[in-house]
Amino acid sequence: MKKEVAVIGVGQSSFVRGYEGSIRELAFEAFREAMQNAGITQKEVDASIFCSAPEYDKQRSPAGVLAEYLGLIPQPTFYVESVCSSSSTGVKVGYGMIKSGLHDVVVVLGFQKMSEITSAESQERMGRGADIQWEAPFGTMMPAYYALYAQAYMANHGLTHDDLMKVRIKASTYGVINERAVYRKPVKPEDFKQGDPEAKMAGPVAWPLRVGDCCANADGSSCIILANAEKAKTLSKKPVWIIGIGAASEAVNMAARPDFTKGLSVGYAASAQAYKMAGISAKDVKVAEVHDCFTIAEIMAYEGLGFAPVGEGKQLVREKATYKEGKIPVNVDGGLLSKGHPIGATGGSQIRTIVLQLRGEAGPMQVAGEPDIGLVHNIGGVGLYGNVTIFGRE
Amino acid sequence: MGFEKFGRKSFTAVTKTAKFVDLLAEGKVAGTVCKDCSAKFFPPRADCAKCFSKNMDWFEMPKKGKLETFTTAYYAPFGFESDPPYTMGVVDFGGGQKLFARLAKDIKPEDVKVGMDVTIRPLKYDDGQLSFEIIKA
Repeated sequence: MKKEVAVIGVGQSSFVRGYEGSIRELAFEAFREAMQNAGITQKEVDASIFCSAPEYDKQRSPAGVLAEYLGLIPQPTFYVESVCSSSSTGVKVGYGMIKSGLHDVVVVLGFQKMSEITSAESQERMGRGADIQWEAPFGTMMPAYYALYAQAYMANHGLTHDDLMKVRIKASTYGVINERAVYRKPVKPEDFKQGDPEAKMAGPVAWPLRVGDCCANADGSSCIILANAEKAKTLSKKPVWIIGIGAASEAVNMAARPDFTKGLSVGYAASAQAYKMAGISAKDVKVAEVHDCFTIAEIMAYEGLGFAPVGEGKQLVREKATYKEGKIPVNVDGGLLSKGHPIGATGGSQIRTIVLQLRGEAGPMQVAGEPDIGLVHNIGGVGLYGNVTIFGRE
Repeated sequence: MGFEKFGRKSFTAVTKTAKFVDLLAEGKVAGTVCKDCSAKFFPPRADCAKCFSKNMDWFEMPKKGKLETFTTAYYAPFGFESDPPYTMGVVDFGGGQKLFARLAKDIKPEDVKVGMDVTIRPLKYDDGQLSFEIIKA
């Protein structure tokens, strides 16, 4: 196992609707927890990286403002963005800074206050989330893009609405027990009953995707503290090592996507790189966090990561294989669907979950059998960017 | 014509591929083809990504394709509120050529199927905006 760069501290705020504070106060919540978790002070931090999706921010160039509030000046700081995968991209950048020998300890802080702008402003920005020149003029939005994949899976792989519903129900099982989740209510099959006005998950958004297939918007922050091997060994009793990193990109325009029946190409490309670097294969992963911005995205993630063959991702939810007690537990913190998806904070929150799992500190969400290898799959846009990061412990 | 005329609502005013809109007005849905290496692009590009040339010509998109996938939007982004529900899809013409657009309003939702034969036609909205749409072949 590579022991070059470790996670020595993790933190996240509660994911909430309408955070009652500014972005600097929101960022401090995750930072405080991660610093106390690592047991260090700002003097030990050599640099900081801030990550968000800038279209939600009113503050221009937030890195400097947040670094000051966190007490991380005069150390170097800058901003990294890859929409929904911003903070796992930040961790990749931090890994490179440490591995190069430039810095010993780096803070990666992801944040998003989606409620910073009005919902009308948000609707307008969401419509411009993909190719503004050639696609947005048709009235596209995120659920519609993922619905194109869901439709192709239904027509070609026998995927059903029932399968998608099972992904949502699984997520809610863990949202209920995750006190940091924005959506803490259980979801039941009757919530998806077509034609029942009481069924709050059943309404169409972008057919075949329904309300219950879409993740919960939230305000939130996450913080990951990275250290080189020497610092990790002196500062941390339970360092968790980054043993594999993969990242990829794909054409933004749907007209340039090779095959909608094979899911997102970045999932395959990023996981192949990460598995190769870690010297492991899919079957070695004991617990995973995948990017379930929509239910279909979790099914595609199973396949991209090699947990299931192409078109067979649905079998894992049918067999409950990705529940906490299953052969490969996935998103047992509620995922984006129930824990929530504060864009820039999401990747760091996924990493926090996996680090806590590997340390045996995940509380009611803890996977049995002392997992030693965990994986984080974080997608930006409609598979425009993809990061897969693999973690291990001694 | 400026590119702000393209689509239900355009977010781009200036592009070297603005001739696309003039061709739409003539009833043509066109992509670009590199004069130096023959690489074809849709959506159109002003620069060839294969050989770095900027000598581009226009070619008309094929007429016969299959609907690869589709979705019906029941909510719309800001500026499109009066449109839902509307169906959008991807047409595969074969040979690596694809296109994304809305389906014509007169196709009944229950008649839309993955794999169905489709073609494309230019479209002019009441407010003068120019676009193109997918229709049954």
